Amino acid sequence: MNVYHVELKEITKRFSGFIANDHINLSVKRGEIHSLLGENGAGKTTLMKILLGLYSADEGSLWIDGKEVHITNPRIAFQLGIGMVHQHFMLVNNLSVLENIILGQEPGNVSLDMKKSYKIVQELSTKYNFALDLNAKVEDLSVGMKQRVEILKILYRGADIIILDEPTAVLTPQEADKLMKILHDMKQQGKTIIFITHKLNETMEVADRITVLRNGKNVITVNKEDTTPEELAKFMVGRDICFTIEKSKKKRGKPILSIENVKLLPQASDTVSLSVHEGEIVGIAGVEGNGQRELEEIILGLRKYKNGTISLLGVNINSMTTKVRKDLGIGYIPSDRHKRAMLSNFTIADNYLLGYHFRAPFSSKGILKKREVEKHSKDMIECFQIKVSGLHQSIGSLSGGNQQKVIVSREVSQNPHLIIAAQPTRGLDIGAIEYIHNQLLRLRDEGKAILLISAELTEILKLSDRIGVLYKGELMELKETDEYAEGEIGLLMAGRKAGIGTNG
Amino acid sequence: MGKWNVKFKMKDNVPNNQHSDFILSMIAMVCSFLVAGIFILLVGQSPVAAYIALFQGAFGSVSSIANTLCKSVPLMFTGIAVAFAMKGGLLNVGAEGQLYIGALASVVLALKLPNLPGFILLPVSILFGCLGGMVWGGIAGFLKAKRGVNEVIVTLMMNYIAILFTSYLVNGPFKAEGMVPQTEVVPTGAAFPKLIPRTQLTVTLFLAILVVILVYLFLQKTSWGYEIRAVGENSSAAEAGGIHITKTTILTMAISGGIAALAGISESLGTYGRFIDNFSPSFGFTGIAIAVLGKGNPFGTIITAILFGAMDAGSMRMNRVAGISASMVNVIQGLVILFIAAPQIYRILLAGRRKS
Ligand SMILES: Nc1ncnc2c1ncn2[C@@H]1O[C@H](COP(=O)(O)OP(=O)(O)OP(=O)(O)O)[C@@H](O)[C@H]1O
Ligand SMILES: [Mg+2]
Repeated sequence: MNVYHVELKEITKRFSGFIANDHINLSVKRGEIHSLLGENGAGKTTLMKILLGLYSADEGSLWIDGKEVHITNPRIAFQLGIGMVHQHFMLVNNLSVLENIILGQEPGNVSLDMKKSYKIVQELSTKYNFALDLNAKVEDLSVGMKQRVEILKILYRGADIIILDEPTAVLTPQEADKLMKILHDMKQQGKTIIFITHKLNETMEVADRITVLRNGKNVITVNKEDTTPEELAKFMVGRDICFTIEKSKKKRGKPILSIENVKLLPQASDTVSLSVHEGEIVGIAGVEGNGQRELEEIILGLRKYKNGTISLLGVNINSMTTKVRKDLGIGYIPSDRHKRAMLSNFTIADNYLLGYHFRAPFSSKGILKKREVEKHSKDMIECFQIKVSGLHQSIGSLSGGNQQKVIVSREVSQNPHLIIAAQPTRGLDIGAIEYIHNQLLRLRDEGKAILLISAELTEILKLSDRIGVLYKGELMELKETDEYAEGEIGLLMAGRKAGIGTNG
Repeated sequence: MGKWNVKFKMKDNVPNNQHSDFILSMIAMVCSFLVAGIFILLVGQSPVAAYIALFQGAFGSVSSIANTLCKSVPLMFTGIAVAFAMKGGLLNVGAEGQLYIGALASVVLALKLPNLPGFILLPVSILFGCLGGMVWGGIAGFLKAKRGVNEVIVTLMMNYIAILFTSYLVNGPFKAEGMVPQTEVVPTGAAFPKLIPRTQLTVTLFLAILVVILVYLFLQKTSWGYEIRAVGENSSAAEAGGIHITKTTILTMAISGGIAALAGISESLGTYGRFIDNFSPSFGFTGIAIAVLGKGNPFGTIITAILFGAMDAGSMRMNRVAGISASMVNVIQGLVILFIAAPQIYRILLAGRRKS
């Protein structure tokens, strides 16, 4: 008889009446990479949190190696060799990599043998080609490196069932490639891996078998060889997904946003100038960390800049506060939605208020109009097909994609002239991405100016009328999308200008 | 409280429900009476007799009820003052100092302008007292917003400054004739009218209830209140939403200080009719407990303040009749805090273990 390494049988989980997992079955073979797919809110994270003992299932059972287990808290999961890399890292920033990894590992063993631990961790790190400096402070690491620390932490504890919840959502394409290799290596070492992602190409690259969830229910489990990305997409959303978008050619209007000679990074040798016009999408490509965060925050007035000018609708906004800038007509979809856009424990309705809490019809003379806010929230939820169990649910309990839909709908609904969309589809499922892309194009056709900052090159290419490339805080190039030669953007992202050779 | 209790909630994160939260507070209250009862048994007394005496001392007659309410008024003010700051993500442990400054400011003003008619003098004195508290609280807000100095440390330090400074003034420049360090009695026009004759209870009771309700409405129903709550929940997101963090932080601490000042004002212009050196039995610190127990909801704050007031008022009778030291109520109050804090501490420990 074939005994699975991990089995979840008939798992059901309700949140105050709402069913997040509805009799879900998941069987994972020893040593396989099992990809868990599903739209935002399908119940993937919830299911994994049950396996990890963070949530308790209302019905169903968990089996490890053919034996039923009762995982009532994370400690038990840990003893059974289950480890998870959450989408939000749980590292202590001001400790070193090594300290983070061995932290809290041995209860009772107070006098930590750092030398011995160092050796063990170093061996693990080399074994999987992690290329980590164990003495570096975690706060100095890139996102991809931090993730490797999380993985190493789990490996160090001897986990052999490794769950990764949307690990690539925060990675650059290069880092994602590296992670795929790591997953492959871990599989070679006999680890069992459950890999949650929204990116079908990643699934097709590394998975052995694939389970698709929809609306909290099983749809299908298939071998990778027996399926195609198109079919998977259809399983996930229950309809055909359009992978390409028809973009109408449109004449751009007058400039809305102009940035002149603004320095993004202190170490940049040159300043940035660009403008975004009515009815166009300007895409900013580039590997993250090359000034993207600075660019969005400078435009919004969240970050100080010494020289240069920024004007909106021809008005110099250098000395204006964020509030005045937003009131002039900027909609802002920040790249870090948890930090910059959400009041996690506030209700969905109260989140729709953020930034518009002094505006009619939501407020009159400083008194909030609850009914108006709720009406608006309902409209948005319906219009954007946001999955919620009620207006008074906290936004933090929504799935990632639905949180983003709330934010996008909030920021585009107040008729802004300019929309700053930074990483607008990060962590979203293909259905939601398609939806947000269509929204951005609709807004463009309505004459809005859109600055799209994204690490996803395909997204930039698909939506932008003009494309600029950021590298080390400098704008390498800015021209019409179809003026770029094949592969040119990729080179620019790496700091190389085509034809001139390397410069940096 | 939002920020405090939800942060550590790892399981089934349902939006926090104020009613069930308050019920938790009440359960903690009952538990502490039970545990304190065991202590009383251990010293060979009857807890039942003790609690009956306590209850009678607090609610047994009109004058004892008046006494209970009188003792709860300053606690309502300090409780809601601290709760207000908590909603804005700030821990104001300086209500004690703010109420001393407020009390002295109001009394001094009333003494300096004795010729004004009462209907002007009283409101003006109250406002001046509040202004004092606002400045005192606002300083901590300013240092927090502009310099990033922890408000807990600043407000705590400023307690000592306020208490010693007012003590100096009332022992020196403003001292009335006699041995006791206190000011002259304020003109009748500047004193809060009595609610029940021959008791210390004044109309400040209604003022306190009104302020508690207004604070709640301000936070929940106005745009400014929304800004304060948003900053308390996530200041980076609030900032991106156009909310001015510096302004809001200073405003939050100033308002909190102004409300705390009312506790001192109600005592000096109401209960005593003058400023007395060291008059506050830590109303400001008890206010922190009230804020935690009352969960920042108006009903909870008022009830908790009355319960604490009742314990203080009844303790004398418990001592006289049942022979239990009056400080047993301090034990009970301490236990309440412990029971309320316990789940919190448990969660923190658990979260720590999970992270590692
Ligand atoms: N603590 C909670 N309280 C209430 N509802 C919740 C809670 N956690 C999850 N949900 C709901 O359960 C559903 C499933 O959420 P889950 O996070 O498992 O989705 P997901 O498949 O991981 O989505 P995503 O890809 O966006 O991360 C969502 O509709 C969400 O709103
Ligand atoms: Mg998820």
